[in-house]
Amino acid sequence: MTVADALLLALGAIAVGSGALVVTSTQIVRAGLYLVVSLGAMAGLYLVLGAELVAWVQVLVYVGAVVVLLLFAVMLTRAPIGPSPDLDRPAWPALIVGGGVGVGLAALLVDAFRWTIYAMPVPGTTDRMGAELFGSWVLPFEVLSILLLSALVGAIVLSRPDIGAPKKTEVEV
Amino acid sequence: MHAVIPYVTAALLFGLGVYGVLRRRNAILVLMAVELMLNAVNLLLVTADVTLPTPGGHRGGAFALFVIVLAAAEVGVGLAIVLQYYRMRSAVNVDEVALHHEPEAG
Amino acid sequence: MTADVLTPLLPGVPLLLGLIGLVLRPGDKRSSQALGIAGAAIALIVTIVLLAVVDEPVEVTHRWVTFGDLPVTLGFSLGPAALYVAVAVAVVALCVQVYSVAYLHDDTRYAPYAAQVSLFTGAMLLVVSANDLILLLLGWEIMGVCSYLLIGHDRRLPEAPAAAVKAFLVTRVGDVGFLLGIAWLGVWAGSFRISDILAHGGVPTVALLLILAGVAGKSAQFPLHTWLPDAMAGPTPISALIHAATMVAAGVYVVFRLFPLFAQSPAALAVLGVMAAITLLLGALSATAQDDLKRVLAWSTVSQIGYMTGALAVGSPAAALFHLLTHAAFKALLFLAAGAVIHAVGSNLMSRMGGLREHMPVTFWCFVAGLGALAGVPPLAGFWSKENVLVAAAHATEGDGPAPAWVGWVVWVAALAGVAITAWYATRLLLYTFFGHARSRTDEWHAGFSDAHYEGAPGVPHDPPALMRWPVLLLAVPAVLLGLAAFLPGFRSALELEPPHLSVSIVLPLVLLMLGAGSAWWLWHTGPGVDPARALGRSRPLFAAGFHLDKIQNLLVVRPVRAFAGAVRLVDEKVVDAAVEGAGTSTTRLGTVLAAAHRAALPRAAVAVFSGALLLGVVAAIYGAAS
Repeated sequence: MTVADALLLALGAIAVGSGALVVTSTQIVRAGLYLVVSLGAMAGLYLVLGAELVAWVQVLVYVGAVVVLLLFAVMLTRAPIGPSPDLDRPAWPALIVGGGVGVGLAALLVDAFRWTIYAMPVPGTTDRMGAELFGSWVLPFEVLSILLLSALVGAIVLSRPDIGAPKKTEVEV
Repeated sequence: MHAVIPYVTAALLFGLGVYGVLRRRNAILVLMAVELMLNAVNLLLVTADVTLPTPGGHRGGAFALFVIVLAAAEVGVGLAIVLQYYRMRSAVNVDEVALHHEPEAG
Repeated sequence: MTADVLTPLLPGVPLLLGLIGLVLRPGDKRSSQALGIAGAAIALIVTIVLLAVVDEPVEVTHRWVTFGDLPVTLGFSLGPAALYVAVAVAVVALCVQVYSVAYLHDDTRYAPYAAQVSLFTGAMLLVVSANDLILLLLGWEIMGVCSYLLIGHDRRLPEAPAAAVKAFLVTRVGDVGFLLGIAWLGVWAGSFRISDILAHGGVPTVALLLILAGVAGKSAQFPLHTWLPDAMAGPTPISALIHAATMVAAGVYVVFRLFPLFAQSPAALAVLGVMAAITLLLGALSATAQDDLKRVLAWSTVSQIGYMTGALAVGSPAAALFHLLTHAAFKALLFLAAGAVIHAVGSNLMSRMGGLREHMPVTFWCFVAGLGALAGVPPLAGFWSKENVLVAAAHATEGDGPAPAWVGWVVWVAALAGVAITAWYATRLLLYTFFGHARSRTDEWHAGFSDAHYEGAPGVPHDPPALMRWPVLLLAVPAVLLGLAAFLPGFRSALELEPPHLSVSIVLPLVLLMLGAGSAWWLWHTGPGVDPARALGRSRPLFAAGFHLDKIQNLLVVRPVRAFAGAVRLVDEKVVDAAVEGAGTSTTRLGTVLAAAHRAALPRAAVAVFSGALLLGVVAAIYGAAS
């Protein structure tokens, strides 16, 4: 049990634990905050595994932007702030399928990798990641930029108040 | 290092994400669970970088970066849809989304 | 050579003319009358020519078709006996065709009637002349169809269609056995030609018993006799042709043709004998109590055919054939004369007749001749043929014939009893119809259901017009004289009859004859105008209903078959149709269910997708682990 293993175990436990709380919490805002903890633990895991750029991009984008967006949406949709009982649908299909998927995948991976020891990777630098990205993955990079642009435009168009469905008073369910 | 630890973490997180998608009623909470699933995949990719014997490759990391970008775009558009739906119905329960057009008088 | 050409013409010409007649317009009287009379006349001429020209039996054979390895031939064989039967058929057919011109002068559908009578004549001649069992079966079935069509000819009568269907179905039951018997014989002998079958060694008793089933059906023997009294709903000339002279005799003729085989099977002869005895007595007793003139004659036919089959059963086909010929003559005479009476009075019922002797003398004397022949009064024809039957039965009681001795006893006793009863009802018929005062003139006469088809009140009864009178007179000649033909050596050798000997054995039948006739006359004498059948007392309803055999048949056969048919129809509707329609409705319902599944709400769809993915993953993992 090296230091790396201990770190991996600890950070993994935090990630899984807070992830569990995200999906079971009865308060929306707390779920969002637990998501922050989970994503942060993930960033730590990336650091241990030697993907430093990924870790910091995770913190910047996921924790910094995505979660903030989600919390904004929570506020804009007037989600109940305190605990609310009707946040959940029936548990048993989710339990069966989710449990099956999780346990199944875990079993698969354990069966594949057992307790093999791998060498710790050389810590990755931005230089090497940049070389990888702009060396082999230029085209996907450019396509992704176009994707981001279209997502931006789409989000703006979708949020305009003067398009879409008519006012609520004229709509019968 | 024992690579099985992050792998199992990723698997469990993915399962939790599926559970959350199928269990939660609020659309925003569903999106949060989707984020969990995407993160699990990212972890898998990054760990694969370590376990796969590709000389000098960071492919897993590159993929993880792409996934992060996609997730951001998806959350942006998704939340725009959620907000537009909120304006129509002033609630965001996925139960009540009418996917089909009911015929007149049943 | 002429015989080879003429022999197929014998059945062929009437059949052809009948088919031509079927395509005429139903109201076309002139051409249909001409075709009908021409068909019967040509058949008669051909038969007479063949009789005159031919010395030995004519045989014509032509291979037709093969059933597997069994060849079927167009084979004709006319021995002298068959030629005499053909003469009888042709004469009666000609008389009927001429008679019908006058009797059915106001029929709007005369053309199909005449055509069907021609077809019937051709079919009967086919049965008579066939040397191949399949050809015989063909003629047999055509006769059944024509009988059905002709019984139901008068569409105005409500009981005619039911009677036609009953006749067809009851004879059909017999025909099933007949067909099986023919098939069995054909397979057993390896060929359908009658000459081959007779030459084959061995005794196929089961086949012979099956053939007897067909004989019982067509010849109205117990227990398949129930159709004949009801068949009187057809026009009277039809009753004369089909149900007195020809079709009902076809069964007797078939046994006559196959007799060398029957002679070797005591079992078949025993069955035939018992059947004959029962039928004889049943018919005679039922005839005593009938009110309808034609029904008396119908039951009388049943009884007389019992004499013929009884003669066959005791091993004397010659006596049977002789009685067949005389019966054809006097029964056709009686039916045609009865038609004249019905035509004159306007009713079938004897209780509406009476005192017709002064008004219809010709018809009266024809009735005397016919009823005398029926009862067996010497020297009329029936006396000689009945004598032959009784003598043959008496010989068979000694047990050295082909039939067992007890069969001879049964037939002989029944035949003797039949003589008395026949004389009784014949006398009753004559007295009740022609003597006494005219009952139809009284105020009690009113239009009843059975004479509803005669329009208008009848005038004074009179002898029939010429076209109806001459056929009756023509038939009176053989009814009187045919019996004396037994003294002609040519006739005798053709039928293989024994020379008639007037010995002490004729005393007993004559005594019984006088007993029967005398008691009927005495009843009339003591109560003139009163129906002698009143003396039957309590048994009269039983006899009149034919011993309720109709009801028994209805209970045992008709009702269960109808119930079974209803059940089959129910199964067809509820199970088969439901399965077919159910395929449609279940597909529609499945489609609706799947459509609803497609419209599932978002969360349910998500569950479906994820569980599908999980399932695929599990399957892939297992597969990967297995291989």
